[in-house]
Amino acid sequence: MKLREGLLVMADGSVFEGEVLGWGEGSRLSLATGEVVFNTVMSGYQEVLTDPSYAGQVVTFTYPHIGNYGASSLDDESRRPFCRGVVVRELTERPSNWRADEPLAAFFARHGLPAIVGVDTRRLTRLIRQEGSMAGAFGPVEGEGAFDEASLLEAARSEPSTEGRDLVREVTCAEPYSCGAGPFRVVAYDFGIKRHILHLLSKFASVTVVPATTPADSVLAMSPDGVFLSNGPGDPAAVAGAAEAVRDLLGKVPVFGICLGHQILALALGAKTYKLAFGHHGGNHPVRHIATGTVEVTSQNHNYAVAAGTFEGFSDLTHLNLNDGVVEGLSCRDLPAFSVQYHPEAGPGPHDARYLFDQFADLMRACGAKEAPAKGGLGREGPGKGAPGREGSTAPVGAAGSGLEEKVGSEALGGGREPRAGKDFEEGEGNAKA
Amino acid sequence: MPRRDDIASVLVIGSGPIVIGQASEFDYSGTQACRALTAEGYRVVLVNSNPATIMTDPEVAHRTYIEPLTVEIIESVIAREHPDALLPTLGGQTGLNLAIALHEAGTLERYGVEMIGAKPQAIATAEDRGLFRAAMQEIGLRVPDSGFAYGLSEALEIGKRIGFPVIVRPSYILGGGGTGIAHSAEELERIAAAGLDASPINEILIERSIAGWKEYELEVMRDRADNCVIVCSIENFDPMGVHTGDSITVAPAQTLSDEEYQQMRDAAFACIRRIGVETGGSNIQFAVNPENGEMVVIEMNPRVSRSSALASKATGFPIAKIAARLAVGYTLDEITNDITGETPASFEPSIDYVVTKVPRWAFEKFPEIPDVLGTRMQSVGEAMAIGRSFPESLQKALRSLETGRAGLNCDPAEQLLGRFSDEELIERARVATPDRPFLIEAALRRGVSVQRLHEECGVDPWFLDQVNRICEERARLANFSGPAELSRRDWKRAKRLGFSDAQLAYLWGADEATVRAARLAAGVQATFKTVDTCAAEFAARTPYHYSTYEDTSEVQPATKKTVVILGSGPNRIGQGVEFDYCCVQASYALHDAGFETVMVNCNPETVSTDYDTSDRLYFSPVTREDVQDVVDVEQAAGKLAGVMVALGGQTPLKLSSTIDPSLVLGTPPRSIDLAEDRERWNSLCERLGVPQPPGGSATSVEEALVIAGKVGYPVLVRPSYVLGGRAMEIVYSDEDLRRAMSSLAAGGSLGREGGLSAERPVLVDKFLEDAVEVDVDAVRDRAGEVLIGGVMEHVEEAGVHSGDSACVVPPPTLPAAAVAEIERLTGIIASALEVAGPLNVQFAVQHGRVYVLEANPRASRTVPFVSKATGVPLAKVGARVMAGATLSELRAEGLVRPAVGGFVSVKEAVLPFDRFPDADSLLGPEMRSTGEVMGIDENFGLAFAKSQLAAGDSLATGGSVFFSVADRDKPASVEAARRFVAAGFSIAATSGTAAYLESAGVPVAVVVDKLSGPKVDKLSGPKDASAQGGPKRGLDAVELIRSGKVQLVVNTPRGRGPRADGAYIRRAARHFKVPLVTTVAAAKAAAAGVEERGNRPFTVRSLQEYHERGRPA
Repeated sequence: MKLREGLLVMADGSVFEGEVLGWGEGSRLSLATGEVVFNTVMSGYQEVLTDPSYAGQVVTFTYPHIGNYGASSLDDESRRPFCRGVVVRELTERPSNWRADEPLAAFFARHGLPAIVGVDTRRLTRLIRQEGSMAGAFGPVEGEGAFDEASLLEAARSEPSTEGRDLVREVTCAEPYSCGAGPFRVVAYDFGIKRHILHLLSKFASVTVVPATTPADSVLAMSPDGVFLSNGPGDPAAVAGAAEAVRDLLGKVPVFGICLGHQILALALGAKTYKLAFGHHGGNHPVRHIATGTVEVTSQNHNYAVAAGTFEGFSDLTHLNLNDGVVEGLSCRDLPAFSVQYHPEAGPGPHDARYLFDQFADLMRACGAKEAPAKGGLGREGPGKGAPGREGSTAPVGAAGSGLEEKVGSEALGGGREPRAGKDFEEGEGNAKA
Repeated sequence: MPRRDDIASVLVIGSGPIVIGQASEFDYSGTQACRALTAEGYRVVLVNSNPATIMTDPEVAHRTYIEPLTVEIIESVIAREHPDALLPTLGGQTGLNLAIALHEAGTLERYGVEMIGAKPQAIATAEDRGLFRAAMQEIGLRVPDSGFAYGLSEALEIGKRIGFPVIVRPSYILGGGGTGIAHSAEELERIAAAGLDASPINEILIERSIAGWKEYELEVMRDRADNCVIVCSIENFDPMGVHTGDSITVAPAQTLSDEEYQQMRDAAFACIRRIGVETGGSNIQFAVNPENGEMVVIEMNPRVSRSSALASKATGFPIAKIAARLAVGYTLDEITNDITGETPASFEPSIDYVVTKVPRWAFEKFPEIPDVLGTRMQSVGEAMAIGRSFPESLQKALRSLETGRAGLNCDPAEQLLGRFSDEELIERARVATPDRPFLIEAALRRGVSVQRLHEECGVDPWFLDQVNRICEERARLANFSGPAELSRRDWKRAKRLGFSDAQLAYLWGADEATVRAARLAAGVQATFKTVDTCAAEFAARTPYHYSTYEDTSEVQPATKKTVVILGSGPNRIGQGVEFDYCCVQASYALHDAGFETVMVNCNPETVSTDYDTSDRLYFSPVTREDVQDVVDVEQAAGKLAGVMVALGGQTPLKLSSTIDPSLVLGTPPRSIDLAEDRERWNSLCERLGVPQPPGGSATSVEEALVIAGKVGYPVLVRPSYVLGGRAMEIVYSDEDLRRAMSSLAAGGSLGREGGLSAERPVLVDKFLEDAVEVDVDAVRDRAGEVLIGGVMEHVEEAGVHSGDSACVVPPPTLPAAAVAEIERLTGIIASALEVAGPLNVQFAVQHGRVYVLEANPRASRTVPFVSKATGVPLAKVGARVMAGATLSELRAEGLVRPAVGGFVSVKEAVLPFDRFPDADSLLGPEMRSTGEVMGIDENFGLAFAKSQLAAGDSLATGGSVFFSVADRDKPASVEAARRFVAAGFSIAATSGTAAYLESAGVPVAVVVDKLSGPKVDKLSGPKDASAQGGPKRGLDAVELIRSGKVQLVVNTPRGRGPRADGAYIRRAARHFKVPLVTTVAAAKAAAAGVEERGNRPFTVRSLQEYHERGRPA
């Protein structure tokens, strides 16, 4: 690793020492800047870094050793990292894991992702927790093209807020593409969709992924059984045309939203969103599933949330964050649509909430979807042009020989991969709102 | 779901004495459970035989029964107390096994006691390897190929079917006792025999060996609403093949991708649900093939465990406390996370540091035992360290062990590795031993590649590469000629990899103080971060800190006068839970008296390192540097009154001279030094007229021989400044003395503990034969008043280490005049040493004359026992006095009260010989017991019998006693034998002993030969001894013991060497589980026990009742 002494300077003037990576041999001379967020997962760094929802942000990991098991093409959540930089305490030079393709530093180099290592990340995390989200800038302070503290501070201070910025356009696909071969037909809005979501949708649907700006009538023209609203970066209120499109779809087709998709659904319904002090970024948030009273440990990544008190007239609260009471899930009372703020697909994170994908399938079935017979292997088709899907296989680990994913995973999914008879519609009609 | 109102009282069973595989972690879990249940308004009834624990303090439960842990005794307790529920999952394997036995005996049903936490069916499914295997296969989890055997031929068949190597695991055992890896049919035969024997149901599992795979543990919790969370993941540094209790373990898991980790998490939930543990914590072990990620389940413990204690300390998530509340009906989301004070317990801790645990072994106590680690746990304790990197936490953990190491090499002890070639280092590193990490570092430092070492020893390359970072940094540091040359960044880099100032001092040939001063001058000092369960996502209320080298500290200013209490470090033989008891009691007492209390310790098994024991906790090595770091930060916090060094045993006491004397509370450091410095101590005693056995101190063999010549043999040889009789020996000749001295001078195992050097001479004293040894615990205040806490008479004679001897309160045989003289001398010594706080003095009484053996101006191992035997909270009193209170003030407060009487208390030592079948079980001046039990009853005989039962030796009420004693013990054995005959026993004896007894008029029913023929091992194998060839002879001693016709063996030592006849007799007794005593004094006590006992069942009474009833009006 080629390391140079560097500094991370936050917009409030706090200075953090470290060593930077990515400025070797004049290959990169601009500094790294963005809204600094912390993520508390202890594994899954690559999934975090390739989650398009981090567009415009600098990610710091609270766990100090990052890169232990290297980087693997199996773990990409999209075609490349969209975050602007990485802050860590310790970056592993020599990874150890049979799945690893390369050290994380090589992955950084390949994607031109700058990093600063050796930082007191706990101090940084406490600063963000206490003062709220804040921009920061980092770069080398020695050698060719070095910056000084003042210029880094200036850069941090001039970094615009994510509020009102449409970051989705930076990450959404340029052209529609399809994947999966399940019996349902699903159109997925790509606001920054993660591969884990596509993998799980593909288990029961043929998925057409469309750009974020696709109008509702184009979607309806594909006569889907359901529409999926993906996760994505930034301020939901700033995503051009998204809420309008969803409003036109509501009532015509079942809708399921995750994260930004959840917020856009809420906006389409007339609810409000707001920015949290420093967001939720981690894999350990307890969420109560109100219908059952049980607790799910969830993967989360969002800086915005749906405001309580703005949706109760038309939606039920289905999920609640037990740490801070943030709205985590909604279900429309009169329309076939529901959404969650967190990430039931995991990647990284726990699998506790994967039943929501079954719930989506059930909703489509209840709304009269005719399930086409499965074509070929479920979810085994390669991704289309420009798709974020994994090369070769969408099975994350099961193919690798342990067999556990097959067993435990399918149990968690409740057998949702098998096509069922169409008469479910008559029986299930009354449940459309459930 | 709210708390259950249909139960009002709960029975908690403790884990009994500290043994290998079951240590003070269950004092921690049990204490947490009792406190949690009491706080919920339940009446708690506790049964535990271990008086050294905090849980058996009368304040922890409503009714505390310090009674033997047997089904009959617990049934008596149930009959008296009628608890509504039994919580079986917090008392280790002992508690779990007893709960199952009570269930199977129908006791629970008969008395309407509900088992809460885990039902018998769930426990059986987890514990019975066949049921477990079937259950795992049912839910699609893989387990290694295996089969069950109930006999040797079956075992061999299974071994052949699976293919060698195989691993043998007995059912229903703790700590891996009786397990082993067999590479051939011959090995399997031997290991299977031992395993069948170790299993209480004579069942063993023979399993495909997956040695070399990566090993993981997950700590899972489940509530009655079926919410499940993982509290902590743990990855072992040592691959499969080393018992997890003997492995270096690291939290969180380091080398699992999220995909793999989540699979393991799913599997853990599937497992706990299938097994059916309804509420509480479980520990599930997995192995992962490093080549392809294949994962198998190894085992599951349906209860809190050693690992759950570690996980609690590693994350701040108190598993036992929460398990207790889940058992009475709460769900995880109804319980608040103590640390944040606002978020619920239904989450998974995220940690932003690395935790490393390193076991502490005691092989130096058992020279016959090779220090090779395997599937049987052999460690006696552990140290845990927290750092912001693995290298930092590893080096901190290694220096926490107090084995004389300053970190991972880079210290004087590393020179021992210099004699090995590279290939020898690699060869040695292939075998798991306590030295392996040091061998690995040395090999890497010499340029052996990570890949090569990985191939040789199986340790994951990630760990090896992290060790290599330490080597690389050392090479860089070696380029500096001294501490003055380092820049701030240089210092920070070195400290972030865990280098201690002592290591750097060694590297540069400098003084530790100079290194520290240069470092501080460069602006690099320890910073303290917080263990908060959430990686700083939420504010932490609980000040649980560790040191590291970062930008900022999180220690808040103190609000009240602050006292720092230094803990006792890892459990080891000689220094165990007793000292933790003292530290914890002190913390409670000082907190109640208005102080802010600060605990410093590195032992994850203890109550002292629970975050709510003290006002602030520093999980930190108890070394000079780390303690000074705490002192500095506490001084900066503004209200530091001082530091207590006298509660945690020798560990903190040794540091007294390194701390600013004005900060040492209680007895001044100069007095501590005076008591340890033999010459000055001798002249003080002379001046005071305190009689001592004649002797002197020697720094060479010649000096020792001169002293021995003057005082005459036998002499007792021991180094100064050690605890637990390390390397102490009774020597009968010049030749023996030369050998003893040279082994001390060579360093040996003791050298590594830093116990012997020119400034720490060897003490050579006349050994008083046949003397009665007496221990006194006392407290003296600054006004000069001395409180005698208790006078304890030892059952075994002087020469047996006081920690290994049974002892009795009140003294059963000492004349009143001797007791008065002992008390008088205690007062004189206490005053002369200007003691302010606790004091322990050891005496020997020979022919009515009282000698002082040694005085220690600190709390002793016997403080908890004495407190329970007298009702006087001696540790609390000692701590308050050290903090400035006088005894009369404490009397007015009610803390000091008259001792209670009217009953007899016996403390008995529990020895680890069942773990070390090849070690001789003789008692001697070197302490070897791991724990203790207490028997309380109305007279000595009954109390002694209870203590034996609690220690695992049930004294029979009839049958035969076998005597084989040394010549010098023959006269004394007559009385013991006579009393056994009077109680209806018949006597068997070896020929010499038999002749003596018969000449004294004691009838001997069976006379056996000396051991016959070559000393073949007669213990293993199903074959009849006579089938081994050779002429047919009469029964020999081993054969007699094996025949099952003997209920008690009395064998006292004669001659040296482990292969003397006596050693075979003792080994046979242990092997066939016949109670064994190795001193005539103990035989007499046993006789008293059987006389008193008769055929009546024991009666039980709670400590609270003893203390109430016994209280003088």
